[in-house]
Amino acid sequence: MRAWYFSENAYPYLPDPETYDSIRVTLPNRNFDPKIGAELYHRYLDEWQQAEDLGLDLMLNEHHQTATNLNPSAAVVLGALSRITKKARILVLGNPIGNRRDPVRVAEEMAMVDNYSRGRLEVGFVRGVPYEISPANSNPVRTADRLWEAHDLILKAWTTHDGPFNWEGRYFNYRQVNIWPRPYQQPRPPVWITATSTSQVAKVADFGHVAATFLTGFDQTKAIFDTYRDRRTETGQTTTEDRLAYAALVYTGDTDEAGFAGARKLLWYLSANKVAPQWKNPPGYASLKAAASLLRGASTAFDRSSTLEQLIETGIVFAGNPDTVYRQIAKHHAHVGGYGHLLMMGQAGFLEHDETVRGMTSFARDVYPRLKELLITA
Amino acid sequence: MNAPTAKDVLAGQVPVSYVELGQGPPILYLHGAGGPVPDAPFLKLLAEHGRVIAPTHPGFGRAVLPDWMDSIDDLAYVYLDLLEELDLRDVTVIGHSMGGWLAAEIAVKSTARIARLILVDAVGIKVSDRNTRDIADIFATAPADLQKLVFYDLSKAPDLSGLSDEAMEIVARNREASALYLWEPYAHNPKLPRRLHRIRVPVLFIWGESDGLVTPAYGQAFSERVPGSHFTVILKAGHVPQVEQPDEFVKLVAAFLSKR
Repeated sequence: MRAWYFSENAYPYLPDPETYDSIRVTLPNRNFDPKIGAELYHRYLDEWQQAEDLGLDLMLNEHHQTATNLNPSAAVVLGALSRITKKARILVLGNPIGNRRDPVRVAEEMAMVDNYSRGRLEVGFVRGVPYEISPANSNPVRTADRLWEAHDLILKAWTTHDGPFNWEGRYFNYRQVNIWPRPYQQPRPPVWITATSTSQVAKVADFGHVAATFLTGFDQTKAIFDTYRDRRTETGQTTTEDRLAYAALVYTGDTDEAGFAGARKLLWYLSANKVAPQWKNPPGYASLKAAASLLRGASTAFDRSSTLEQLIETGIVFAGNPDTVYRQIAKHHAHVGGYGHLLMMGQAGFLEHDETVRGMTSFARDVYPRLKELLITA
Repeated sequence: MNAPTAKDVLAGQVPVSYVELGQGPPILYLHGAGGPVPDAPFLKLLAEHGRVIAPTHPGFGRAVLPDWMDSIDDLAYVYLDLLEELDLRDVTVIGHSMGGWLAAEIAVKSTARIARLILVDAVGIKVSDRNTRDIADIFATAPADLQKLVFYDLSKAPDLSGLSDEAMEIVARNREASALYLWEPYAHNPKLPRRLHRIRVPVLFIWGESDGLVTPAYGQAFSERVPGSHFTVILKAGHVPQVEQPDEFVKLVAAFLSKR
């Protein structure tokens, strides 16, 4: 198993949540102090560098109009990371091509970063969480269709080397697609796609891309991974574990108490996510069934008020001393039928720099070597 | 009497479901983003003055949504086809809100089968500068606040909490279809004002005095851009005057119908 250190690069120094409706979309940016923000950017880049030194691979993402994530352009972060790191693979998960206007621009940026990093880039594509719809102002209906057309266009742009091609599609129109540079990796960088429900997984499996799922716990993760594996079997293909990835909040301490204390700080990522109802459920984003229950005021998979114990129990957080963390991950890994990538959110909220580094160091030194050997035994 | 009858027709290539009630000169009622209202009292009152045809727009309610459809323009051609398919002539087209925009788009294309137009709290044009939103952003408004913009009398707002799961999914489907048709440019066609002169039949604007989604001032500005049109307000009504004041609404419609 490969482990990827992930941080959302939050800006946690906010007023009392009672004073605002939503940390996403509408929170005024006067709450962002550039003097603090600039220091945070450098700190977070340093932490990725330190993760690389510990032998971890690196993951980042992007979000818009939110204090939970200061990276509205993953490509900019990738540019910096690909220059300040030397050996780690770098995963962006991902480019929100379900709502992005210009997929060719994404193809260009990713090809550029692949060259900057001399072929260390792994390119994720995501539909984007519901609160991304308003910042992008893109139509929330049929975003999965847009994602797949953008995906097809980007892959064609990466792999076409004989001059311009024409693209007059349902959602995107170009007549002279001919990107410079082409990617460093041949024929193209590895592709990852997120799947938080089973509906899109078969298509991810058909392409043989990595399917990644976020905070989906035990049974939902198993359902998603089973769908992937079943689809591959149906089409006469096999599934290696490196095609499946799971993202969780992870904090490792010398003792269980130290591990839990760090993890409690990570829970800011969930507890701070105060989102007004109109941003949680844009029309057409969710299935009719899910949208209907959200209209009734249902909460999403994990409640902001969930306790650490509940989140560990449900496989959303892995935390404790190295043995505890290893056992939690091994149990989850076995339950869902195995996966080859653990995407670890290792920093959030007020988890300070030294605490962040301590947590990833304990993980890299005392958990990771055992995980590398973790295989499903039938 | 006047019980709505459910019917289906193929309009061009698109299957359209509608209810029909009453007899006499045809009245096509085009519903708004809230969805179809086949059992609304005002439709029954309208049916005393003609043959009311009230379709469900593709994507709303349980109506089929062809995958190529995504604009008010698409809907306009579907209803031009419907008028031909049912061979309706001298039709009174009443459009509410999004349906008002749709009625205007139909009429600028052709009034060959249309006798008159009634636009009720309609959207469809932009009158203010780029920083001023003419039409409240229904997709960015918390559900409880939305009701306050729509209704003069909140006690007339539907209570969603009592709906069955199936009915709630229809509410979700109506929202989805609304977003598909209204998202961008938001609830208007920048070109429409340049085409409104093509509507050469009588046009009546009816507006709820307390409409918080699109104000009477917007309605007035819309009316000023339609040559020869008349603008009238219904008191004690918000965005859905036909629901809040059905008698007054139908009285205005009937008076307009009786004009030659």
